[in-house]
Amino acid sequence: MRASTPSSEFFAGVKAELPILLGVAPFGMIYGALAMTAGLPALTAQAMSSIVFAGSAQFIAVQLIANGAPGLVLLLTTFVVNIRHMLYSASVAPYLTGLRPGWKWLLAYLLTDEAYAVAILHYQQTDSDMHRGDAKNAEDCAETSAYLRAEPTVSPCHRATLSRCRHWYLLGAGLALWTIWQMCTAIGITLGAAVPPGWALDFALPLTFIALLAPVLKDRPAGVAAFAAGAVALIGAGWPYKLGLVAAALTGIAAGAWADQRARGAAAAQGNA
Amino acid sequence: MTGATFWLTLVAMGLITYGIRLSMILLLGRIAMPAAAQRSLRLVPPAVLSALIVPELLRPAGALDISPGNPRLLAGLIAAAVAWRTKNALLTIGVGMAALWILQAVL
Repeated sequence: MRASTPSSEFFAGVKAELPILLGVAPFGMIYGALAMTAGLPALTAQAMSSIVFAGSAQFIAVQLIANGAPGLVLLLTTFVVNIRHMLYSASVAPYLTGLRPGWKWLLAYLLTDEAYAVAILHYQQTDSDMHRGDAKNAEDCAETSAYLRAEPTVSPCHRATLSRCRHWYLLGAGLALWTIWQMCTAIGITLGAAVPPGWALDFALPLTFIALLAPVLKDRPAGVAAFAAGAVALIGAGWPYKLGLVAAALTGIAAGAWADQRARGAAAAQGNA
Repeated sequence: MTGATFWLTLVAMGLITYGIRLSMILLLGRIAMPAAAQRSLRLVPPAVLSALIVPELLRPAGALDISPGNPRLLAGLIAAAVAWRTKNALLTIGVGMAALWILQAVL
């Protein structure tokens, strides 16, 4: 494996995000068009895409505004619909420790479903590369070298993580998505949803998630987590405010953790025998 | 809602979303997580991805549809097979979209 640099990581992130953009683009346009139908001023509709920057929450907010819901309802709904991002935040956090606050604040702003999904896969895969001993190829990264100098006790694996500039990957994926989301909102506002529904481009989104899921199903706990989450998501698909998705994710993680515990228990028992 | 209230609401919505995304990134830099919780984080991607995929395939029109007449289910299964065999994202999406278009035309 070649040593990674900020720009190689950045463009790898952009490239990994490209297929997802195909599926996101129609949603951005539909959002823009819906916001116009709901009577939002064009500037407000566009501002929501850059200030809130969360697809599902924006769709629901437009609906609520059209129905004349009060501001407090909008805020509560935003909170409930986006609470799943706390899981993403916890999941990427170990990969961002040691970065300057500015980096953390920027990457948090870009932490959408779609950017998270490609970045975490990259992080987990490069983790296994490092465990195979590729860490020595790592180059020092300007953003983290000060932290690494100040913290001599950082574990070798964590040191490799930081020195490989992998935060640039999330930046690339996040910025690519951000740019397309803003552009497609603008297109939807001015032209309406410019893609015919018959093209079914929205299907590119679940297809991308399928492509990302296959490599993370590498052991039994991961499989159990995916199965349980899928089952609960199916039951809760009709629940309001994406609560089905939150319940599904939490159930999946709990079920996977249980399978993990069992596997560890069995391994320990075998070790004692 | 009037103009000013509306913009305030919009900014507050943005801050709530941003606060959620930032929360654990800031917190976990300061406090150490128990080992069990750290291991569970590895399960976030499979759980979330599966929860995003399954309803799209099995409830495409908002109602459960496990029939061979559901093109999204068939196309999704074909794509899953491609993903499993090749681990290639572009190929998975290409084959999945082509399958959907063909099935939509045929079914």
